[in-house]
Amino acid sequence: MTDGRPLIEATGLVKRFGDFTAVDGIDVSVRAGEAFGFLGPNGAGKSSTMRMIGCVSPVTAGRLRILGMDPDRDGPAIRARLGVCPQTDNLDPELTVAENLTTYARFFGIPRKVARARAAELLDFVQLTERAGSKVEPLSGGMKRRLTIARALVNEPDLVLLDEPTTGLDPQARHLVWERLFRLKRQGVTLVLTTHYMDEAEQLCDRLVVMDGGRIVAEGSPRDLIARHSTREVVELRFAGESQEAFVDKLAGIGERVEPLPDRVLLYVHDGDAAVATVHERALAPESVLVRRSSLEDVFLHLTGRTLVD
Amino acid sequence: MTTVTSGAALTPAVAVFEYHLVGYRRTWRGSVFGSFLLPVLTMLGFGVGVGAYVTGGVAGVPYLDYIVPGLVMSTAFQVAAMESSWPVLGNFEWHKIYFAQSAAPLRVGDILGGHLLFVLFRVLLSAGTFLAVAALFGAVRSAWALAVLPVVALFGAAVAAPVFAYSATISTDSYLALLFRFALLPMSLFSGVFFPVDQLPLGLRAVAYVMPLWHGVDLSRAATLGVAPEWSAPGHVAYLALWAAAGWWLARARFRKRLVL
Repeated sequence: MTDGRPLIEATGLVKRFGDFTAVDGIDVSVRAGEAFGFLGPNGAGKSSTMRMIGCVSPVTAGRLRILGMDPDRDGPAIRARLGVCPQTDNLDPELTVAENLTTYARFFGIPRKVARARAAELLDFVQLTERAGSKVEPLSGGMKRRLTIARALVNEPDLVLLDEPTTGLDPQARHLVWERLFRLKRQGVTLVLTTHYMDEAEQLCDRLVVMDGGRIVAEGSPRDLIARHSTREVVELRFAGESQEAFVDKLAGIGERVEPLPDRVLLYVHDGDAAVATVHERALAPESVLVRRSSLEDVFLHLTGRTLVD
Repeated sequence: MTTVTSGAALTPAVAVFEYHLVGYRRTWRGSVFGSFLLPVLTMLGFGVGVGAYVTGGVAGVPYLDYIVPGLVMSTAFQVAAMESSWPVLGNFEWHKIYFAQSAAPLRVGDILGGHLLFVLFRVLLSAGTFLAVAALFGAVRSAWALAVLPVVALFGAAVAAPVFAYSATISTDSYLALLFRFALLPMSLFSGVFFPVDQLPLGLRAVAYVMPLWHGVDLSRAATLGVAPEWSAPGHVAYLALWAAAGWWLARARFRKRLVL
């Protein structure tokens, strides 16, 4: 339908609220069938970007095309082909689980009979069939999230937008949501999600951008990003005594980077075991040693800093 | 091409109306019972109780017959105000229903229009029931009473649309308490529901003329009694339409401000 053109094309995209610039000129392109992630700390501009893509927030400057259309002019036509799972659930607590889907389907002009059949199908997909007739209010956080995801699929969208799909869920609920999203991805549904969970991004995204302060600071596949912005392995050393900082000088030259944290020192190295051997050669005796592979979290913290942004 | 667009623009608002009806299915029994019980109690209380003291009648008719058209409008007024206040605020602030709707291919006008349509439906149902019960009690004196229904619809819009705008502007329901205490309650007391407005001092009378309720009451009373209204009928209709149109315009602006950021 889009003739191989990207489903989302943004160039120099800007969103301002008064004097505050939430999104500061980003370029993004998402192809059909891709799972694309926006990563970043709170306030990085992820949600503002998602709202512009969802055609509920006008673009301040730059160019944005969704499914080849202009959100300014064709908002309803674009939204008809999107599925949106917002950050906070906005289900109707007075309606039943199934009614939440069927009434929403009607907003897309879907005939009642089709809406009912599709609701049943989707409830099965998100494992809520037994709860179809119950009200939304008593459902657990994970169930509500799954229902919101089901609602986002009710129009068989070309593009599904998920804003922090698993924030606030317990581990079991998160894994179930990931598993369902992974299935969607395998079915060829294009997913765009925001998250600040690195494991989520690593599991689901083919490609992602890291945002900070309204700008894109890195872009690539999770593996690319790790290769480009971190080392292959990380050695975590824990030394006895108060200050870990004191050991930074003694560790200098081992690996590419030494980073002291309040409770441990991180060595970014190519070969962890070799690095540990060097540590011992220097007669340093850490209380504990852990060698692990570099993760997206290392990239993320390296790029966006460890300072808390609220 | 234009006909296609306008036809397509109508349907989404109807889907929104339908959504509100589905929610109403859970509570309709209670609300219909209420809107039936209220007029029955009123007939008994005012007809038999208060009416017995107002021996001379008002404006040449028994007191019950005099207040029935006023009470039909005041019922419409209460339902219109209630249904456009807490539910609208809740759809923005508590359950975020409007935000869910704005992610679908609906326009701001569809979201507002569909909900407003539902409020008018509720208003018509309650005021219509009241009128029917009053007719059974013999308090309706003319077949013109049927004209009350379209008046109720127009009047409902004249009240609901501005209240939608107000409720879309505030962020806590303490502002709704203010609205009810200082605007809506006085309006229902001084708009000719229980006694003619010319009994009021000039200042209060002016308030009655400015607010929409008296215009509805005067039309409704003319219809159920089968007499000419105190003021021009087209004038009333035009004035109520003005309230409805201004309210719609304001409400749409407020909705847009909240939903399109």
